[in-house]
Amino acid sequence: MSDLRKELKVSAIENGTVIDHIPAKSLFQVVKILKLNAIPNQILFGNNLQSQKYGTKGIIKVNDKYFEAQELNKIALVAPSATLIVIKDFTVVYKKNVELPKTIKQFVKCVNPNCITNNENIETKFDVHIDEEGQPKLRCNYCEKFTAKDNMVFI
Amino acid sequence: MKNRSLVSIEDFSKEEWLKILDLAEEFEKNPKQRILEGNVIATLFFEPSTRTRLSFESAASYLGAKVIGFSDASSSSVKKGESLNDTILTVSNYSDIIVMRHPREGSARYASEVSPVPIINAGDGANQHPSQTLLDLYSIRKTQGRLDNIHITFVGDLKYGRTVHSLVIALCNFNAIFHFVSPPELKLPSYVKRHIKDAKLRYYQYTDLTEAIPKTDILYMTRIQKERFSDPIEYEKVKNAYILRNSMLEEAKESMKVLHPLPRVNEITQDVDANPMAYYFQQAQNGVYVRQAILTSILGVK
Ligand SMILES: [Zn+2]
Repeated sequence: MSDLRKELKVSAIENGTVIDHIPAKSLFQVVKILKLNAIPNQILFGNNLQSQKYGTKGIIKVNDKYFEAQELNKIALVAPSATLIVIKDFTVVYKKNVELPKTIKQFVKCVNPNCITNNENIETKFDVHIDEEGQPKLRCNYCEKFTAKDNMVFI
Repeated sequence: MKNRSLVSIEDFSKEEWLKILDLAEEFEKNPKQRILEGNVIATLFFEPSTRTRLSFESAASYLGAKVIGFSDASSSSVKKGESLNDTILTVSNYSDIIVMRHPREGSARYASEVSPVPIINAGDGANQHPSQTLLDLYSIRKTQGRLDNIHITFVGDLKYGRTVHSLVIALCNFNAIFHFVSPPELKLPSYVKRHIKDAKLRYYQYTDLTEAIPKTDILYMTRIQKERFSDPIEYEKVKNAYILRNSMLEEAKESMKVLHPLPRVNEITQDVDANPMAYYFQQAQNGVYVRQAILTSILGVK
């Protein structure tokens, strides 16, 4: 890989947050979960980049923005392998993996069409469980049904 | 249990279930006591269920409580588009406890979060109906003299029947041996089987009802609904295979009892009613004592 191409891929930001190692198919879900479409900051997206660990990956760089850990951990539902890098003055201040939260509020729809949350103006609430394949599944606090990873719809 | 909502059977511990059953036994001996005088009990039935509503209202009335409420959403402000939140907050101003039935799953849990008074779930869609499970446990204990080590056979629609699911899960606490008789398309769902496996208990599956009867202590019948079958021919094939007739009870233990959550359609023929093994009408009557026990426990009177 030429130096130029490499530089394009990892072009540095001065201050902000980098979310790396997002599975390529989950990039747009991450955008939706973090509501990146609704913030005025400069954002760089890369997707289908080569990754030694994951084959292809996505990366998001948000200038001048630091997220609450709680906020960022939401993306563990779709991108459990994602890494967070906080950058100040072009320097990596810290780096860590996202963690799956124990409970999820508000941003996922319950899969059950007859659930009260899908029929009245009520925020969803789930406990996070792990299914037999190691994937997260959400147990609705109200109707008690499970929403599997493949059925998750983000509000 | 005082001031706590009862939305799911698992909201109360096994010890608390047993306390309710003991209390229900007291009420069975003396069901007419005016110990809830001055209390107001609201019964909000967003979908009609006459038997359940009458059972709660009878339980409350025998204890001297006043009952207010509605028996179907079309006759209430709900029809005008009022939110569940607003209905619950309003009614909680007028009552000490709310008994509710609602077609949406999770409605009772939500109500318990917004309501300043305790909620008793009398059925939320296909989800939970804890007073039914408690009255089933009461009927089992009363007829068998114990809850432990019961051979229980469930017959009919084991896939969609929430009564069956809740009772199986509850009996996992009492070392039950389970027998399941159903057409292949209406077998018990795997999440319920998981509870049995986690409790390290045994279950057996059959398609033929007579095969399971000789070992059985409690024969729990349910209705098979035509709507559950995508193929009407499949329904026609199985609909008569899960009907209990009096002649089939010859091989049964003398102490066996037949339970059914009612209403029955044709899954138990009328000639069974005269057999001393038929227990479904007493089972419904036990519902009143169990509901008296639930109401008084939550209101902190007993
Ligand atoms: Zn739900």
